[in-house]
Amino acid sequence: MMINKKAVLVLQDGTILYGRGFGASTTKVGELVFNTSMTGYQEAITDPSYGGQILLMTYPLIGNYGINKKNKWDSNYSWYESSKVQVEGFAIRELSDVTCHVESNSDISKFLEESGVPGISDIDTRYLVRHIRNHGVMPAVLAVYEETIDTKKLLDELKFNYSSIDFVEKVTTKKPLIFGEKNKQTVVLMDYGVKMNIVRELEARGLRVVVLPSFSKFEDIEKYEPKGIVLSNGPGDPAILTDAHKTIKQLITKDYPLMGICLGHQLLAHAFGGKTYKMKFGHRGGNHPVLNKSTGKISITTQNHGFAADEKSLPKDVEITHVNVNDNTIEGMKHRSKDVFSVQYHPESCPGPRDSKYLFDQFVKILK
Amino acid sequence: MKSKVKKVLVIGSGPIVIGQAAEFDYSGTQACNALREEGIEVVLVNSNPATIQTDKEIADKIYIEPLTVEVLEKIIAREKPEGILATVGGQTALNLASELHEQGILDKYGVKFLGTDAVAIKRAEAREEFNNIMRSIGIPILPGVTVNNFEDAHSFAEKIHYPVIVRPSFTLGGSGSGVAKDKEELRQILDLALRLSATHEALIEKSVSGWGEFEYEVIRDSFGNSAIICTMENIDPMGIHTGESIVVAPVQTLSDNDHQKLRSAALKIVEAIGVQGSCNVQYAVNQSTGDFTVIEVNPRLSRSSALASKATGYPIARVATKIALGQKLHEIKNSITGTSAAFEPALDYCVVKIPRWPFDKFPQSDRHIGTQMKSTGEVMAIGRTFEEALQKAMRSLEVKIPKFIPEEQLNPATDLRLFAILELFRKGVTIQHIHEMTKINLWFLQKIFNIIKLEKKIFSQPLNREIIREAKRAGFSDKQIGLLKNIDEKELRILRKSYGIIPTYKIVDSCAGEFDAITPYYYSTYETENEAKPLEGRKVIVLGSGPIRIGQGIEFDYCCSHASFALRELGINSIVINNNPETVSTDFDSSDRLYFEPLTSEDVLNIIENEQGGVIGIGTFEGVIVQFGGQTSINLAPKLHDYGVKILGTQLDGIDIAEDRERFRDLLHKLGIPQPANGTAINEAQALAVANKITYPVVVRPSYVIAGRGMQIVYDDQEMKQYIEEAVDLSEQRPVLIDKYIDNAYECEVDAISDGKDLFLGGLMEHIEFAGVHSGDANIVLPSLHLDEGTKNTLIDYTDKIARSLDNIGMINLQYVVKNNVVYVLEANPRASRTVPFVSKAIGIPLAKIATKVLLGHKLKEFDLTNRQNNFAVKSVVFPFLKLVGSDIRLGPEMRSTGETMGIGSTFEMAYYKALLAAGVKIKPVKSGTVTALLSLREEDKVYLDSLSALLRSLDIEIYGTPGTATLVKGAKSVPKIGKGDKTNLDVLETIKSGGISLVINTPRKGGKPNTDGFRIRRACIEKGIPCITNVQTAFELLKAMVELKKKELEVKDIAEYWK
Repeated sequence: MMINKKAVLVLQDGTILYGRGFGASTTKVGELVFNTSMTGYQEAITDPSYGGQILLMTYPLIGNYGINKKNKWDSNYSWYESSKVQVEGFAIRELSDVTCHVESNSDISKFLEESGVPGISDIDTRYLVRHIRNHGVMPAVLAVYEETIDTKKLLDELKFNYSSIDFVEKVTTKKPLIFGEKNKQTVVLMDYGVKMNIVRELEARGLRVVVLPSFSKFEDIEKYEPKGIVLSNGPGDPAILTDAHKTIKQLITKDYPLMGICLGHQLLAHAFGGKTYKMKFGHRGGNHPVLNKSTGKISITTQNHGFAADEKSLPKDVEITHVNVNDNTIEGMKHRSKDVFSVQYHPESCPGPRDSKYLFDQFVKILK
Repeated sequence: MKSKVKKVLVIGSGPIVIGQAAEFDYSGTQACNALREEGIEVVLVNSNPATIQTDKEIADKIYIEPLTVEVLEKIIAREKPEGILATVGGQTALNLASELHEQGILDKYGVKFLGTDAVAIKRAEAREEFNNIMRSIGIPILPGVTVNNFEDAHSFAEKIHYPVIVRPSFTLGGSGSGVAKDKEELRQILDLALRLSATHEALIEKSVSGWGEFEYEVIRDSFGNSAIICTMENIDPMGIHTGESIVVAPVQTLSDNDHQKLRSAALKIVEAIGVQGSCNVQYAVNQSTGDFTVIEVNPRLSRSSALASKATGYPIARVATKIALGQKLHEIKNSITGTSAAFEPALDYCVVKIPRWPFDKFPQSDRHIGTQMKSTGEVMAIGRTFEEALQKAMRSLEVKIPKFIPEEQLNPATDLRLFAILELFRKGVTIQHIHEMTKINLWFLQKIFNIIKLEKKIFSQPLNREIIREAKRAGFSDKQIGLLKNIDEKELRILRKSYGIIPTYKIVDSCAGEFDAITPYYYSTYETENEAKPLEGRKVIVLGSGPIRIGQGIEFDYCCSHASFALRELGINSIVINNNPETVSTDFDSSDRLYFEPLTSEDVLNIIENEQGGVIGIGTFEGVIVQFGGQTSINLAPKLHDYGVKILGTQLDGIDIAEDRERFRDLLHKLGIPQPANGTAINEAQALAVANKITYPVVVRPSYVIAGRGMQIVYDDQEMKQYIEEAVDLSEQRPVLIDKYIDNAYECEVDAISDGKDLFLGGLMEHIEFAGVHSGDANIVLPSLHLDEGTKNTLIDYTDKIARSLDNIGMINLQYVVKNNVVYVLEANPRASRTVPFVSKAIGIPLAKIATKVLLGHKLKEFDLTNRQNNFAVKSVVFPFLKLVGSDIRLGPEMRSTGETMGIGSTFEMAYYKALLAAGVKIKPVKSGTVTALLSLREEDKVYLDSLSALLRSLDIEIYGTPGTATLVKGAKSVPKIGKGDKTNLDVLETIKSGGISLVINTPRKGGKPNTDGFRIRRACIEKGIPCITNVQTAFELLKAMVELKKKELEVKDIAEYWK
């Protein structure tokens, strides 16, 4: 049941919103970002790509269908995208006071509380979205408290530089995880903050998936004799992950078939010698149109990124295969002569549209 | 790639009927605009004059002609369009286009189907084919079979076990469908279903009543690009037609996995069908197992797509039209954000739609709601919480909730179910109990329960800032809070504002704030940021007309839209307030700013205050226009006036004189204008005294009526007593009005504009029926047929005098009765009437626009007011009798019709015939090949028997009569009375039911009760689809028109050709 917890959200520019608190009574700092998906909050808050971020849902009614803890994060069907809540904080307009779903066995407030994550509701989330749209994403502090709080102190202590922090090392697995039987073709999935549905999609295609920590060296990877490599999604600024750039470059040189997703795509751009840049407020949601330049068709995609690859920085042997119809940013690329391709968006969906699963089939076809 | 077309025929949806309302004017208009943007010449055909799409600004050629294959072929032959767009005119247009295709007419003239083609339409609509396709792509369907006879239906139902749902193929609004629990019910439902089906087929399916019902609105281009525009969840589970359900957008109770399953399936379905444009996919979901099944798809613009457009801000009709022209989805621009149309709108609010039912007009009719539509319109409301949206929608309905027993409304459901649930919660009934009774998802019930919980909190705790704010955020009106605290609404408003609790306005932008939006489409909520900065410059508010209901239809939305257009022409910012998602007026580009809000004084005042921009003041707010939104807007005038709001045009005093019987009587008396003898009464004794003084028959009605509600012709003391007993509840403190009923008299009406100095008489119309039939139900001709110059001058003189006396500025409508050269005034309405669009189209002058400019100070003499009418124009009407089981079709002073048609012709007969044809009057030969007419007239009409039968004979129509009538007509075949026939000599009811009659002329006795023979005959006609004429004048004119038609070919012309 809901106790009368209070909450406050303080943005770096001094914007302050008071609301109702839920989840854990604690104070957390993160980059405030918004997601426009109308369903899939459990998938979102357990998505490691949100590491270091306070997630705001633009849809105002959240928690309607509860939380599903019955199906574990590493099972074939689950609402989890990792083993735990990954966001630093959760900001919404209204938390549902009832959950109505047959698969649900918990609610958001409990779920966040167990994970030590604060939540704020009953605030004008649309106002914040417009604020971020105009001023860009920015650090914020979310505090859930029971009596009073000193917001000035919160603001003073708000020292946070998202781009300087290596969030990947915080979210990646510490030791290899293996899914699928030995007799199957092996692929290595580099875990920069992997969403479990990537594993599920690969497994469903008859593959044995070896999930390796982000810090794994080329030699560690080679050991598994993979038929191909998947570079996962993940949080943070891709530019600072220089070790990963190097490892991926080696993989390319050795002609490993390679598929990059989201952060994996950005890391690939760096490995190609290109650059990435921070977007004003990124793409987060399940409704962005992406044009596949070779077929001329569009897909509605799941997106979750705050950085993008810079087209001009990419070498000639890289071809842009997909673009965002709205702002023409790069959504996919491939190497002209090698079996290496990547997409900025999320073919594994969860949450979001399942229109782009064909990319996993494409990956299976290039395995050696 | 389709070759470029230069000329396109767009088919409209015809008169407003239950299941097909204003949404098709909205989608058709948007489609025409989208075509013309591409430089395409648009030929539009629609028999409904009260539509924006039939304005000359919207299409190049406008055919206000009956929607029949014959007429369409003539238009195609004349215009030679290269393409036909059939997906924006509802099921009517789709069926017509399919028929044109099947008869080879499209091929003959080389007309291409634009958008979803005939093959795809068939895949979606012919059940067997649809089911096969679904099986082939692995989409679950309900076990079902298509049948054309009872035996097959029953044996299938036995196999899958009753209950089953019966659904006729190719019909709209679930006409003729129903759930059959056993063999007998199946027999009854199937009989009607087969008759209604265009293909004499019906589908028998397993009934999944109680499952959750969901709708996905999909758009797909011819290259296979597709997106889901909107998802909707019906609060009322399966078993209640989606048009009858309270609907919420987006879906609320599905997990992402559930949603993505349905989403992917919808995309797969439209792909397999080959939709090129818009499509609606309906699902039933068993929410305890997660199983789902597709119920049906509509491969066209629909009521749901109109709702989806308004709910998301995404202009579906516009995009679907561009797709029909061969454009790629991602190359079409989203006019809201400037980004691509290839995206899925993200909502950051909750939308609730509630249907509006006509049971207040049909007290005899069965109030249960189910698989076929009975509602005439709907309201939509937007809020940041479900509670807020629901409460805003409830107050948008403008219904007075009758007394009822709550438990009886739950299952089977009636239109009062939502109110019953609220009432039961008040009484302490548990959510679980309501859930068991209704199968409504617990989430919705909890939210509805929250409203009552808060209601109790407001009631029991002292009012403070926190409670008021909480209440406002849950959608409570000041009036509601005031009632709970026994505080006047006005006082509460002051208190609330003193706490600084004022609404904020948010934009409907299709993208949840992700992109900058340029649309001026707002809703209110109580939040931090107000996005509706007051408009700069001159501005005027136009109050809309709310949901479509009997008595207040699309005509008023037409007028409001015109008012908005006229303001723009004057360079004044037009601000529209309305809550009807089906209409043109709520299209975001119909005004400079749209507030999608309830039409109550509180909501309107809030908007006015917002636009005034506080003490500093921003822009120049010049006032409110109340004269175009029917009774809804005019009723707001007193309160707005009370708050010092400037009303443009006729002032409150003038409005009050016209509405207040005493004051109006005094005025007429002063002007020396006759009025039927009348009086008022507040109890039975007074009523009897008045009636006996002015002598029976009399017309009785409660004061302040809308479209004749509670109105009745009373013939004697006995009936008067009964009326008073039943009507007391309707009138409360307001008295009952009693007027002498002037029978066998011509009824006329006038639509005019006055500017304070001059009067422009738009049209002097004559009713075809004698006085006593509500003007909204009467067939009306312009110009009048029977009035001499003297009478006409008297009418004009009276109109002018009355308008002056009311200080009328803008529109005025007057109703007159003419008997023995005496002109009596029935009523004056200082506002736009429902005939304004009809008259405007007949005379070629946009009355509402000119009136709007007059309201803003322009003078009539500034305009070219040359009457261009060079023909006869007739307005006819359509009724909802088929949908409303148990209703009688006799006409009277209570309005019953839902929509209108217009027929234009060089002679009155031609015009009248076309208007009736457009209204669906079809006289078909019986099996033997001859045309037969059954005459059954009341005593006083028997004098017309000779002339009627002469006309019938001249048309080679065989005459049948009930024994009383038959003996009076030479050569008439006598048919036994009900119950008096046998196997060889069927009684009159059986004769009709067995298809032996082409036309029935039955004039009901006064005060007919539902169980009379006449009533049963009329009901049988409705169910059998046989024209049944209940008025002698109507019958005469129809037969005369048929005589004329034997000599002449049907005229089909562009409206401009009819004008001089």
